[in-house]
Amino acid sequence: MQSRKIIRPNDLEPLKALARRIRLDAVRMTSTGKSSHVGSVLSIADILAVLYGHILNVDPKNPNWPDRDRFILSKGHAGAGVYAALAETGFFPVDVLAKHYQNGSNLSGHVSHKNVPGVEFSTGSLGHGLSVGTGMAYAGRLAEQSYRVFVQMSDGECDEGSNWEAIQFAGHHGLSNLTAIVDYNKLQSLKSVSETLRLEPFADKWRAFNWSVREVDGNDVEALIACFSELPFTADVPSCVIAHTTKGKGVSFMENSVLWHYRSPQGAELDMALRELGA
Amino acid sequence: MLITGDLGFGVVDRFAEQFPKQFINAGVAEQNMTGLACGLALEGHKVFTYSIANFTTLRCLEQLRNDVCYHGADVTAVAVGGGFSYGQLGMSHFATEDLAILRALPEMKVIAPTGIWEAEGATRALIAGRGPAYLRLDKGRAASEGAAGEQFVLGKSRRLRDGTDVCFIATGAILSEALKATDLLADAGFSARVISMHTIKPIDGDAIVAAARECGGLVTMEEHTRLGGLGSAVGEICLQAQAVPAFFLSVGLDDLFPSIVGDQEYLRRQYGMTAEATLSRILPLLRSHRS
Repeated sequence: MQSRKIIRPNDLEPLKALARRIRLDAVRMTSTGKSSHVGSVLSIADILAVLYGHILNVDPKNPNWPDRDRFILSKGHAGAGVYAALAETGFFPVDVLAKHYQNGSNLSGHVSHKNVPGVEFSTGSLGHGLSVGTGMAYAGRLAEQSYRVFVQMSDGECDEGSNWEAIQFAGHHGLSNLTAIVDYNKLQSLKSVSETLRLEPFADKWRAFNWSVREVDGNDVEALIACFSELPFTADVPSCVIAHTTKGKGVSFMENSVLWHYRSPQGAELDMALRELGA
Repeated sequence: MLITGDLGFGVVDRFAEQFPKQFINAGVAEQNMTGLACGLALEGHKVFTYSIANFTTLRCLEQLRNDVCYHGADVTAVAVGGGFSYGQLGMSHFATEDLAILRALPEMKVIAPTGIWEAEGATRALIAGRGPAYLRLDKGRAASEGAAGEQFVLGKSRRLRDGTDVCFIATGAILSEALKATDLLADAGFSARVISMHTIKPIDGDAIVAAARECGGLVTMEEHTRLGGLGSAVGEICLQAQAVPAFFLSVGLDDLFPSIVGDQEYLRRQYGMTAEATLSRILPLLRSHRS
């Protein structure tokens, strides 16, 4: 088993501060780059902070350490969030984030591993990450390695049929070293999930595919720690965390708004966003 | 490791029994099969995915492109049934655009052996090497066994016959038509070079340029659309090297979907891809070139 950092209640502050820094970085990056998807990053900032700040067994000084936990961002459009989390936890200097979306940069809008320490896998087209994570988990079990695999998905991404192939495979093979996290903010690209392709009864779908499911407030650091600390939820079964989140969380005018899937904060909006995030 | 998309009845059993930890049946789910293969490869495994015709390639093309190729993962997609191998099964089972599409992917090696000897050599070479690859296996086979002591080398074509009037460059089992055409040409007093271009990418440009310069005409033969496959590759290389043959003919499928079925030889006849059809087109060129 991996070593677990013991978090006392008053230790939550560093993780909340990390989440806040990830949000600030993401707002600045998407503003500088005039890029989309800030709402999608804010949605998972707390999850990223808890994973990179507490749960994942990773070493910023040795990003390719063979026993590291693997984290795949399958919703690659939130790449700014992973870059920010990696920079803020020491994988590379924070000032590199300013290059996001710029000419000649390695920090692409959709997450890419090339020349970026700590990025496990490149995505951008939805419905790819879970299959790859499943392969990594299968390999880990085969080699009796202790690492775990986490795949961060989006709710809209669950429209992709390839995910259900992977969900079926991982359930069939009982890959308990695999955890899928769904950012269930209820909004997708144009409209709400329920108006686009209804996912409910969502948890039951995963259960029907032989996964163990927990639902959690995905913007509550303490609840996330409690949830991830119990992995795997059931022996010999893959785990699914349905994280109920708020798209655009932390910036009042971005919250629960489809507009902020695309819009880039500029001028007064940028100032207000930074102020609300405590810059 | 070998991962099948629930195909290979009677073919994969022995491997599965002998190496149970190296065998996975991923079910009828080729996108997941290919992503899974990528994940396994990134953890150090050498992975072969296996299915029929377009199922290991076009069905999961984006997994090959984004996951396997972009990450340089050590995955070989094996398709059994190149070209019209499954000629009676219909359009879905004709692999007739795969070479063009796969060859466009960065990092991807593309190999279409012309016979058993090359298929075995290519498999061993892929096991010894690493990185993304596509191995297209044909049901038909050409008599292209190696000479004593010959080693199969990926990316290095094989000169099976030598002659000066025309050079046939073929990939896949349709090489048998080139060999047959060569025999028929000999009866008519012409000599032909025959090259087995088992590797489409990286392609053996030196052999192509030499053929264009040393032989009169160039004829490419592939059981595949004429758009973007072997013929296109050979044409590009010749023009870029300014090695212009006396004539150039690309034998392959026109830009259409066959709607009829039949065995491999029947479909080659129907679509003008036989030795005889090729000769009827090049004999006038050879005669005018000689006179």
